[in-house]
Amino acid sequence: MIVADAKPLLEVRGLAAKVAGVEILKGIDLVVRAGEVHAIMGPNGSGKSTLAKALAGHPAYEVTAGSATFDGRDLLALAPEERARAGLFLGFQYPVEVPGVANSQFLRLAYNTIQGARGKDELDPLEFDDFVRERMKLLDMDPAFLDRSVNEGFSGGEKKRNEILQMALLEPRLAFLDETDSGLDIDALRIVANGVNRLLRPDNAVVLVTHYQRLLNLIVPDYVHVMDGGRIVRTGDRELALELEARGYDWLQAKAA
Amino acid sequence: MSAVLHGLIDQPYKHGFVTAIESETAPKGLSEDIIRLISHKKGEPEWLLEFRLKAYRHWLTMTEPKWPNVKYPPIDFQDIIYYSAPKPKKKLASMDEVDPELLRTFEKLGVPVHEQKALAGVAVDVIFDSVSVTTTYKKRLAEAGVIFCSMSEAVRDHPELVRRYLGSVVPTGDNFYAALNSAVFTDGSFCYIPKGVRCPMELSTYFRINTQESGQFERTLIVAEEGAYVSYLEGCTAPQFDTNQLHAAVVELVALDDAEIKYSTVQNWYAGDAEGRGGIYNFVTKRGLCKGVNSKISWTQVETGSAITWKYPSCVLQGDNSVGEFYSVALTNHHQQADTGTKMIHIGRNTRSRIVSKGISAGQSNNSYRGLVQIGPRAELARNYSQCDSLLIGERCGANTFPYIRVQNPTAKVEHEATTSRIGEDQLFYFQSRGIDAEQAVSAIINGFVRDVFNQLPMEFAVEAGRLLGLKLEGSVG
Repeated sequence: MIVADAKPLLEVRGLAAKVAGVEILKGIDLVVRAGEVHAIMGPNGSGKSTLAKALAGHPAYEVTAGSATFDGRDLLALAPEERARAGLFLGFQYPVEVPGVANSQFLRLAYNTIQGARGKDELDPLEFDDFVRERMKLLDMDPAFLDRSVNEGFSGGEKKRNEILQMALLEPRLAFLDETDSGLDIDALRIVANGVNRLLRPDNAVVLVTHYQRLLNLIVPDYVHVMDGGRIVRTGDRELALELEARGYDWLQAKAA
Repeated sequence: MSAVLHGLIDQPYKHGFVTAIESETAPKGLSEDIIRLISHKKGEPEWLLEFRLKAYRHWLTMTEPKWPNVKYPPIDFQDIIYYSAPKPKKKLASMDEVDPELLRTFEKLGVPVHEQKALAGVAVDVIFDSVSVTTTYKKRLAEAGVIFCSMSEAVRDHPELVRRYLGSVVPTGDNFYAALNSAVFTDGSFCYIPKGVRCPMELSTYFRINTQESGQFERTLIVAEEGAYVSYLEGCTAPQFDTNQLHAAVVELVALDDAEIKYSTVQNWYAGDAEGRGGIYNFVTKRGLCKGVNSKISWTQVETGSAITWKYPSCVLQGDNSVGEFYSVALTNHHQQADTGTKMIHIGRNTRSRIVSKGISAGQSNNSYRGLVQIGPRAELARNYSQCDSLLIGERCGANTFPYIRVQNPTAKVEHEATTSRIGEDQLFYFQSRGIDAEQAVSAIINGFVRDVFNQLPMEFAVEAGRLLGLKLEGSVG
């Protein structure tokens, strides 16, 4: 939802970034305001995931130029955990497995850390258990996931739901969801999309990185950006996504060249 | 490797101080004369001197084991002091007469030597260099019929028990370091639980090496008679020297019918500095004999110290239905090397064993699990389950697993599982992206990794061991 006079939550200017010495992002400009849903599309290797990880502060991604302001703060000056505490969330395309750490323990540690950063009360294990079970219902998740190790042995779809569960618990100001729809069957996609839609409020925002229109039928974007070769080559509304679905990326790539 | 993964392990060693105390030491080197001197100093009976000399003569024919996956320069056994004892001012009647300098040392180490300040329910035998300084709660234990004292006292006061069991599990010629220990051991703890007695408190020995050029060779013997139960804890530290000290201990456990012995170790000998200078060579032989039917011996070890660790706490399952357990966490950092594991020797019928080994390697360290599961021809329906997990922190360390399985009975069931994982940048970033900093992330991962083993430790020890791991890893991630 586009809100008139909304303040920019995220403001990215001329962002360039390298991974292992190779320049992937070559000048990204992006403004996300509270209340908005953005979709970032584009062919494989265009830099979508790199943008998400560079903004979240992954140490392998080196920002070489440009700026990023989050809620008025210099995002790039913050450590990754400080970015999270400031309200930035990254839903991973491939969430890592953490053997030996119970999902419930991980979720509570994350929740209480973020609560603490917001000056709010932490929950003890029993209170948290009630709270997390409630949130799991939204995503139709089996409470048995709480007792398993973080993402260990989870199917692709289960891992994605666990990501959205974390988003539901942490209530970020801005969530970057990196290909959350890939690997989901139709039912799971609907459940995940419903989960995201319920979390949308006028004071937060979501950026969806996706290849597919089908997610955007369920979570309707206000803006659609197309990335290619490390740049945003086109920005439009949801009609652009429909056009991409029909015509592919070739016509945009030809134009950009 | 990001800067984050390097910072978490580099906590300075806290126990590296030296106590200025007057010691009586034997001249360097090893010979029959030195052994006679040790035996004479301790006022030992003739049979024990013979035991030592036999071991020494055997040792002379042996060569150092070269098979462990560790590297170190040759040890000059003539350059070691084999006897060093704090000089007694006079015969001690109570703790109040112990040299206050010694008391301060143990206070600094957090070892409860005063009964009134002691941890509730833990009796402590304190060994400084080669000699037992004090044993707490003796009276209360004596009321239950439990004997808990230094090995020297045991030789004096209970010679028949010592003579019957000493060397019965680890014979004098068992291996190079066990033979050396049998020749020159100076003190250690002795513990005897009579028939049907459940030891009313945890027993604990605290070992401290103080002298730079002395080796420590202690000897521990625990005997649990029929139906007896005891839980025994062992802790150790040493000052920080830039030379290496040799620690070659022997621990023997004997469990008769229906008896149970639980032996826990938190080993924090000085590990050497970040460049690998100094530190203890911890070459130890620990073995338990489940002699009786339905007996049980359980080893739990948390190995965090020493430049080199070479030890395989083992169980010989002789009695039918006897049970052996080995739970281990071995942490190596910097240039530390560990080659550790266990042997489960199944002799009796329906014997069971369980091995849970967790190796954590950081820095440039090398951590090997080596374990033998042997099922003898008479061990009908014997069962073993082994689980060996390795966790690597950073990219310059190594982990190895050397399992040996020998089965001579077709009814046996042996299972072995092994995993290797790494705390890498991506795992840490996952935590960080949820607001959790790298240190907390590593601590959560390590705690999860060692949980199965820590659950086996007595409560007070589990807390201490957890803190120790945290300290050891501080700064290794970064």
